[in-house]
Amino acid sequence: MSTGKMHFEYQVEGGNFSAAGFPSSQVKKTLKQLNVDGNVIRRTVVALYEAEVNIVAHAYNGIISVDIDTEKITILLKDEGPGIADIKKAMEIGYSTATPEVREMGFGAGMGLSNMKTNADHLNITSEVGKGTIVEIINYFHQ
Amino acid sequence: MTVSDIAVSLGLKIYGGENGLSREISGGYTSDLLSDVMGHAGAGKVWITLQTHKNIMAIASLKELAAIILVKEYLPEKDMLDQSNIEDIPVLGTSDEAFEISGKLFNLLNRR
Ligand SMILES: Nc1ncnc2c1ncn2[C@@H]1O[C@H](COP(=O)(O)OP(=O)(O)OP(=O)(O)O)[C@@H](O)[C@H]1O
Ligand SMILES: [Mg+2]
Repeated sequence: MSTGKMHFEYQVEGGNFSAAGFPSSQVKKTLKQLNVDGNVIRRTVVALYEAEVNIVAHAYNGIISVDIDTEKITILLKDEGPGIADIKKAMEIGYSTATPEVREMGFGAGMGLSNMKTNADHLNITSEVGKGTIVEIINYFHQ
Repeated sequence: MTVSDIAVSLGLKIYGGENGLSREISGGYTSDLLSDVMGHAGAGKVWITLQTHKNIMAIASLKELAAIILVKEYLPEKDMLDQSNIEDIPVLGTSDEAFEISGKLFNLLNRR
């Protein structure tokens, strides 16, 4: 594995579902090139995809920044949006405020945050109602 | 068993992603909820669904699924099809309902 540090940034536009998944597929490619363990890659892309789609589905816009060093990947997702009033409740499987249009696409099962928790070594969510949400995901390459 | 094998055995239409027909299949997963598939479908699974948009391919690619089967003659949207060809993940189709095609695929994969 290379010893250098890498940094990537991606813009996310609320409501733009057709662009969703690009950051995850880029991160997947990069981690593969770095020969990161397949299970770590799978976990990371699930957590990142769910966090990204939450910005698309629930917020107005956001920025994803990804930092990779020799031992871990750190992903920070900051959005401008309605925020989450009760994070504990939002984490419950089945809780969702997704609109009917978003549900029709098959999103809005209320499982995304739970998937993020399962697939991140470290998940930290902070939010301010009326302002936005910050999600931090860290996964370690050597378990 | 490959995607091509099940397409022939189950009489499935092939809408796109032909370059992925040689992918090996590890099983199936039936769901129309994207986070459910994201959380629970393993690599090499065939995803049975009525969802026809591009995000299906994003998930299929990230989860390394083998193929998609669209039920009840649902047709893939154009950008789903384009993505299927880019990712080489076949999008197949049937007139069956999810219950029926899931049962047929299950029997086919568990036959001995
Ligand atoms: N970035 C965000 N901004 C505002 N609200 C959010 C954000 N992320 C999550 N939420 C809130 O938390 C709820 C639960 O999120 P979760 O990802 O678990 O489910 P979902 O997005 O509604 O559906 P799914 O992820 O299963 O498609 C959302 O419905 C929404 O109310
Ligand atoms: Mg979600």
